[in-house]
Amino acid sequence: MSQAQEQASTTVEMEEQRTVVRTQQVKKLYKMGEIEVHALRGVDMEIYTGEYLSIMGPSGSGKSTFFNMVGGLDKPSEGKVYIDEVDVAQLDAYELAWLRCRKIGYIFQSFNLIPVMTALENVTLPMVFAGLTSDEARDKGMELLGKVGLGERYAHKPNELSGGQQQRVAVARALANDPAVVLADEPTANLDLRTGTEIIELLREMNKDSGVTIISATHDHKMLSVSDRVVWVKDGQVDRVANREDLDIEVTHVEGE
Amino acid sequence: MSGIEVAGGRKIILPMSRAVEISLRSLKIRFGRSLITTSGVVLAIAFLMSVWSSNEIVSSLRDVNKSEINLLLQKKGVETGLTDGGAQSEEAQARLQEEQSKQMWLIGLSLLVCVVGIANAMLMSVTERFREIGTMKCLGALDSFIVKLFLLESTFQGVAGTAAGIAIGFLLTLGLALLDYGGFVIDYFPAAGIVQSALYALVAGTVLSLIGALLPAYRAAKMEPVEAMRSDT
Repeated sequence: MSQAQEQASTTVEMEEQRTVVRTQQVKKLYKMGEIEVHALRGVDMEIYTGEYLSIMGPSGSGKSTFFNMVGGLDKPSEGKVYIDEVDVAQLDAYELAWLRCRKIGYIFQSFNLIPVMTALENVTLPMVFAGLTSDEARDKGMELLGKVGLGERYAHKPNELSGGQQQRVAVARALANDPAVVLADEPTANLDLRTGTEIIELLREMNKDSGVTIISATHDHKMLSVSDRVVWVKDGQVDRVANREDLDIEVTHVEGE
Repeated sequence: MSGIEVAGGRKIILPMSRAVEISLRSLKIRFGRSLITTSGVVLAIAFLMSVWSSNEIVSSLRDVNKSEINLLLQKKGVETGLTDGGAQSEEAQARLQEEQSKQMWLIGLSLLVCVVGIANAMLMSVTERFREIGTMKCLGALDSFIVKLFLLESTFQGVAGTAAGIAIGFLLTLGLALLDYGGFVIDYFPAAGIVQSALYALVAGTVLSLIGALLPAYRAAKMEPVEAMRSDT
């Protein structure tokens, strides 16, 4: 990298960032019988490649809806969602499946490992879908399990692993096909304090190592200190966006109390 | 990590060997319930097979038309028309037909009950696995993968249950026939007819299992991946 480039990258860092998920005036309307529920009322959001973004908000705020939207799990009633510059609404079922398989990794609150499969098989399943040979998949799966610290437990079934270990397997599985985005839905909600912190640190590590974008919906304030940005959703709208610099102060403040 | 390529490389697959492996293991992990589902098939096919093979054995014995066998047959209330005049033979034919249509009704009903049982059990299995299916879809599984897995599961259950049903139905019938007609059954054993019945029963059992699984498999495939996110189920 030349000096000029280096300078450019430091001075115009924000402009240089590539957008991986973009939403434009996203609205979502649910009809529950006679009542119409506006889950989202026009959300504009840009999520950049390589950032660690946390979405916070009370239940019923539209947080989950927004989260599902950026994860390609739900389509907006109005507005557009672009994942990697592709309009999600334009994709057919096959293309959506492909997007989920190759571009997005999912981490769930309740781990959601497939109970009949070993840790390694869980990690390699998305690779099988993606068409890797079983040798390639096994090598890569072992490497990923090694990275999350479970290299020796590859043959264990989910019910033989602790909650924290299961979530580690889920992290490895989310990274199976080198996705552009990892979506983590309350990844620490079913874990104790220490294990939760470990998972957050693991996610942060993966985010730094491989540059994967991490989007996490959470109630967990431990998440704040590792996030690059935090988005608060309230009443179906983005209430507030905070960068890390501002957050550090807040977190220390909270801890000081 | 560059954008989504429009051309080439956009393939999602589930190799058959892997699908077979997954569905076999899903059956194994729920062995108890698989057994109950399968027992429905076993019973229905055992009934079907026992009716068919006893028909085969009786008609084979009747065709021999030996007086000592005819005596045994008549004791069991089977018409042995051939020795008598034409008029009685017609009457016998009519009675035989009536009997056969009654049998058909019973067989049909038992198979229907069997299909409903399979469908019910598979629907339960789908409901129980909402989250697992949603997770698979999040990982990129196509609707067709899910259908494939469920149909395979049901087919394995169907084939295993049918095989057991054929064996049970046949052996029971053979035992009863030996009690009734003694060694003649062995002497005039209708091997070809029995094998043919067994094959038909196998086809029937497998097809029924597939039919029973169609609706549940379709329901599973149409599940939204977002179901995987629900934490309360």
